[in-house]
Amino acid sequence: MLRVDQLAITAGSRTLCRGLDLAVAPGELWAVLGCNGSGKTTLLHALAGLAPAAAGRVTVAGRPLAGYSRRELGRTLGILLQREDQEFWGTLADYVMLGRYPHARSLFGWSAADEEAMARALAAFDLEPLAAQPYGTLSGGERQRARLAQLWAQDPRLLLLDEPLQHLDLRHQLQTLELVLKAVHSANRAALVVLHDLTFAGRCDRVLMLYGDGRFAAGAAAGLLQPERLEGLYGCRVRAFGSGPDAHFIPVI
Amino acid sequence: MPRPRLLITLALIALGSLFAALFFGTFPIPVVQVFDGIFFPVPGTVDDIIWKLRLPRALAAFACGGLLATSGVLLQVLLRNPLADPYILGISGGAALGALTALLFGAGIAAGNLAALAGALGAIAIVFALSFRAGDWNMHRLLLTGVVLSAGFTALISLLLTLAPQAQLKGMLFWLMGDLSHAGASGPAWLVLAASLLTFTLLAGSLNALALGPLKARALGVAVSGLQAAIYFGAAVATVAAVLLGGSIGFVGLLVPHALRLVGVNDHRWLLPASALAGGSFVTLADTFARTAWAPQQLPVGVFTALMGVPVLLFLLSRKP
Repeated sequence: MLRVDQLAITAGSRTLCRGLDLAVAPGELWAVLGCNGSGKTTLLHALAGLAPAAAGRVTVAGRPLAGYSRRELGRTLGILLQREDQEFWGTLADYVMLGRYPHARSLFGWSAADEEAMARALAAFDLEPLAAQPYGTLSGGERQRARLAQLWAQDPRLLLLDEPLQHLDLRHQLQTLELVLKAVHSANRAALVVLHDLTFAGRCDRVLMLYGDGRFAAGAAAGLLQPERLEGLYGCRVRAFGSGPDAHFIPVI
Repeated sequence: MPRPRLLITLALIALGSLFAALFFGTFPIPVVQVFDGIFFPVPGTVDDIIWKLRLPRALAAFACGGLLATSGVLLQVLLRNPLADPYILGISGGAALGALTALLFGAGIAAGNLAALAGALGAIAIVFALSFRAGDWNMHRLLLTGVVLSAGFTALISLLLTLAPQAQLKGMLFWLMGDLSHAGASGPAWLVLAASLLTFTLLAGSLNALALGPLKARALGVAVSGLQAAIYFGAAVATVAAVLLGGSIGFVGLLVPHALRLVGVNDHRWLLPASALAGGSFVTLADTFARTAWAPQQLPVGVFTALMGVPVLLFLLSRKP
């Protein structure tokens, strides 16, 4: 689904990650962990072709990134941005509908399939009652769900999610986690998720740790989600409760 | 109001404004005779006034207004700045500098238009080259380059006005304020209006996505750089066509799109045609006032677009949502 060869990520004069090799298979859920400024968002932007990487090659579904037109790429790969402009001209439904942009066949409007995809995405994130609200009147958490719904309407096979749980209440965090797991494990998509929530990370199949100084670690979640690895990554003491996918990690004060 | 009905209403207003432009004037013509003149032309004074004087001018005014409003919508999406108008990128400044230089040397209308065209194209080229040179297509740099260039043109225009002999001064001032009394044939302007309206209404879906910001638009599958270049050149050509016809008629490109947005038209599929119709009607009505309010003295239309536009926009802004 996604192959990364010898990728380098830089921010200004700092090299955040060097020589990154990754292979993400369909049906795999990856957590991307690291401190603030360690290059998680920059990595996602490079993978989505939004910003060129300093070096290396990205291959999506067997084709190099440069071989895609923007619209084709939009049908294959979707990214949830960590931040976007708050202003939008229309209603929540108009906003979610823009996710269908790469699928639009006609210049004059949306097809029935587009309308259906939009309605399904609204329903998945409990947004139906708000569909006719102007986007500008939504709360932070509602906007986050709207962005997720837009991505679900876009329906790509490779999902890049930058902090999908931010601003969400407990119930919607759980709901989003379940929807991501379902998209990846039941519908055979692949996802890379930038996270600060280690409970969610425990549900992922594999983990990529970015140290921000050029080093990285990639591997099975069970191997990397260990207190000593997390202490090395975050620079604070961590204690684990439970084990396996149900493990909880608490910083020691 | 449902969108199709709004568009039909605006089209009726447009027809009404064109008819008003044929009916009102220094030489009184009864309504019946205006209709007769339109549908059953009989050679004579009335016919000449309607077909050779008032109609060409009304068509020029309408094309000007439509072009400026279209250009305003496009630049507001491109620069993502509500204050963007057709003149913000220095195009009218370049055109004015060219035209005024020609007027200063006593050139005729054709030479003046040619000089204006050269000035406008020069400004477009400078802004594009300077803002594209750094490799990426940065809208802040584009905006700043345009504003700085405009300031330079304003200084040079003031210098020309100071040096100009009394005889040329009034013509030059009218040009700067926007004036349709010397408007030439509006055929090319109508072609540009039709082409730009068609192109960008077809691209309205991409414009809607671009309004979310370039990064987000790219993430949704919009080829942003190409679209931005198309918008820039589309808006530039529309502005040049309008400026060549009527000088720098102010306020239309800012007022019309915002007025429509304030009444809830935001989707570009509707906003673009609605703006063209509303802008055309607005300038046609303003020009009819400019011709008749102080008759036989003809006033520059730009004065009336501002006088009529300011209260409308202030009312819409102060209205409770």
